[in-house]
Amino acid sequence: MNVNRRGFLKASVALGGAFSLEFSFPLAAMAARGMPAPEVNAWVVIHPDDRVVVRIARSEMGQGTYTALAQLVAEELDCDWAKVSSEFASPNEHIRRQRIWGSMSTGGSQGVRGSQDYVRKAGAAARVMLVNAAAARWKVPAAECTADRGVITHASSKRTLRYGEVATEAAKLKPPQDVALRDPKDWKIAGKAMHRFDIPDKVMGKPVFGVDVALPGMLHASIAQCPVFGGTLKSVDESVAGKMRGVKKVVRESDFVAVVADSWWRADQALQALKIEWDAGANGNASTASIMAMLREGLADPNLPQARKVGDADTALAGAAKVIEAEYSSPYLNHATMEPQTCTAWLKPEGFLEVWTSTQNGEASMTAAAETSGLPLEKVEVHKMMLGGGFGRRGPQDYVVQGVKIAMAMAGTPVKMMWSREEDMQHGFYRPASVVRMKAGLDAAGNLIALHTRIACPSILKVLMPQALGANGIDFTAVRTLSDMPYAVPHQQVDYAMRNGHVPVGFWRAPGQQNAYYRECFIDELAIAAGKDPLAYRLAMLKPGDKNRLVLESAAKAAGWGDALQPGVHRGLAVADGFGSYAAMVAEVSVSAKGEVKVQRIVVAIDSGYVVNPDTCCAQAESNVAYGLGSILYQENTVKNGRIVESNFRDFPLPQMSEMPKVETVLVPTGGFWGGHGEPAILPLTPAVCNAIFAATGKRIRSLPLKHHDLRRA
Amino acid sequence: MLKLNVNGKPREVDVEPDMPLLWVLRDHLALPGAKYGCGVAQCGACTVLVDGAAVRSCVMTAAAAVGKKVVTIEGLQANGLHPLQEAWIEHEVPQCGYCQTGMILSAVALLKDKLRPTDADIDQAMTNLCRCGTYPRVREAIHAVAAKSAPKKA
Repeated sequence: MNVNRRGFLKASVALGGAFSLEFSFPLAAMAARGMPAPEVNAWVVIHPDDRVVVRIARSEMGQGTYTALAQLVAEELDCDWAKVSSEFASPNEHIRRQRIWGSMSTGGSQGVRGSQDYVRKAGAAARVMLVNAAAARWKVPAAECTADRGVITHASSKRTLRYGEVATEAAKLKPPQDVALRDPKDWKIAGKAMHRFDIPDKVMGKPVFGVDVALPGMLHASIAQCPVFGGTLKSVDESVAGKMRGVKKVVRESDFVAVVADSWWRADQALQALKIEWDAGANGNASTASIMAMLREGLADPNLPQARKVGDADTALAGAAKVIEAEYSSPYLNHATMEPQTCTAWLKPEGFLEVWTSTQNGEASMTAAAETSGLPLEKVEVHKMMLGGGFGRRGPQDYVVQGVKIAMAMAGTPVKMMWSREEDMQHGFYRPASVVRMKAGLDAAGNLIALHTRIACPSILKVLMPQALGANGIDFTAVRTLSDMPYAVPHQQVDYAMRNGHVPVGFWRAPGQQNAYYRECFIDELAIAAGKDPLAYRLAMLKPGDKNRLVLESAAKAAGWGDALQPGVHRGLAVADGFGSYAAMVAEVSVSAKGEVKVQRIVVAIDSGYVVNPDTCCAQAESNVAYGLGSILYQENTVKNGRIVESNFRDFPLPQMSEMPKVETVLVPTGGFWGGHGEPAILPLTPAVCNAIFAATGKRIRSLPLKHHDLRRA
Repeated sequence: MLKLNVNGKPREVDVEPDMPLLWVLRDHLALPGAKYGCGVAQCGACTVLVDGAAVRSCVMTAAAAVGKKVVTIEGLQANGLHPLQEAWIEHEVPQCGYCQTGMILSAVALLKDKLRPTDADIDQAMTNLCRCGTYPRVREAIHAVAAKSAPKKA
């Protein structure tokens, strides 16, 4: 039986169904697995020397979930934090135990907020079982016993037992039906800036990443995919490459070629020596211009579905004192994880497939490996490695499919496949390019009374999760932030033109974040047109108690909005909510006479309800600033002859140390809800910076990146 | 056979003279601390120390490393942690961590040249790319180590 059946059933619904009712694991099965220490429940393993190992189902890509979830478990378990560590839950075991660990998917800033309920209950349930085990040994009522930092005490008899001494007995007990969770006000381990578990190994250079896997007899593979998305392989001439040193095999598939060799460099050298002919298929003539034309055709479509309709925007616009119109656009963007896509796979003679990979979803990797190999799920294991960056790229499992195909061609031998940077740059799941037109009506006092927005944007869900598309084919990731504005505007209409093209699109950090840029820059335009302060203009449209209001006021206060600035420095501001949290930002920017933009300082206020590790949350805010900054300044992926033009960091630069602004993060958790931290802070970044550029130059940035704009002083 | 000196030990490797040092380290000497990020000396994830200088090992050939002292993150400190590694842990610098071994070795080279680097020195020396945005903490950690080790001005 369950810890809290109702709670778990609720979790089950939230996770899309298949949540397990199993909780404690049979000891016989545990012994069969050769487990060295008792598993009190699926999340909590306690060794005889009191070491506590917390099983983590979500992936770790630097966002800190691997530690934050352990903090939540340890908080309820009441153990000694110095003795806690984490390990990844096995995807194979997850399947065999009816998906006992809930979701393995790591995206949408869900790591903590999507698991907090069941991991806290797991910690609390384990604590109750440990106390019950001690009470049973002492033959006293459990209610007379207390637990603190891993020690159970029976006060009246002055007896104590350590968790490690009773864990085996506790594991045999029936889990409690219901457990009470601690009020976050009383947290001692959660809510504190605990050091992340994964950092020491990373600074020592331990082999923790997917690309670091080393197995006896392992070979290496480098791959070339058809440069035009959707194209196929026509022919390969391996007469030169096949004879190169260390080369073992050339693997041909319908849409890629791989060379397997005894080192990655040798594989890659041989790959470059192959003469490959591709059939570009139907998309060989696509270009950025043809894609933009497709999006603009979408904006002109008279029969678009509506993502939002409140009041009657067009009638109100016809009667408005002032009408303002603008078109904004954004390019495709690659994730550019520092670790390229990688997968090591080993099809063993006994018909078992082992996979080691950097994945944002261990279960999805397993499903992809099983489907590709034709093996049942039970015959596949995925070893989750630390990710050298994720940002949404490692949800799709294209690279696992390839790794498994190569392993099947090399049956019996483990092969580590790694993409070159060029492959990685040109075979992503890109942040969609999009174009929006916004038309606003102001009344005589300058108040926004009507807003009609038309959005043309490829659909991420259509490609990756068609079952999640809304009624009328609305993709919420394409319309969010515009379709769910917090501003009180009596007449609103949002139309959505799904125009997909051939470039694969995907969940790029905070999917839909370009809409926050459009909305918050356009609101700035309206404030200027109305002759009002951008902060006051926004606050006037936000209801009292709205958390958007709170974070705006917090950021403005921390940044000194309205105070004098150093000469040449200008401010911009923006707010947006998403991924369960609210984020507002003030950017301080200078623009030189030559037109060079320098973001000097960022102040960001975030309300995520609760904060489990404040230092990690601040690090995520810094991360969002750095990640978004490149997309403001110079990053874009363009298309020519059906293929992505950019190939490496030379033409898709990342900001470096000298370009990074000072980042001041103000955490203002108001409690009562659980928001995320991996993505929200990127939402207000682009508009805050572009609004500051307007303040500095009088030039309104309606398309990105900035490298296409001439900001020189006239 | 090429004779290299890696982390204070003589090593012989049977590789092509033009194989980049990065791949000698990673695939032939089982030292995966240096990472591949771009292959064209743009990102610095492959940074190692060669005769004390920070070098992008993806563009240095194995032959060019002969006769020089190569130090990777695995050999940075014989026992325990280097002060920069300790500061990296203290300041929670890494996020995903992929670029961090290169960052640390670049910082080692910087502090060898400049006991007390200014922000401008750090900007100039630390050109390693980080997609997670650890730059403010890299800066903090370098300053912290410099403050501890450099003699105070009289």
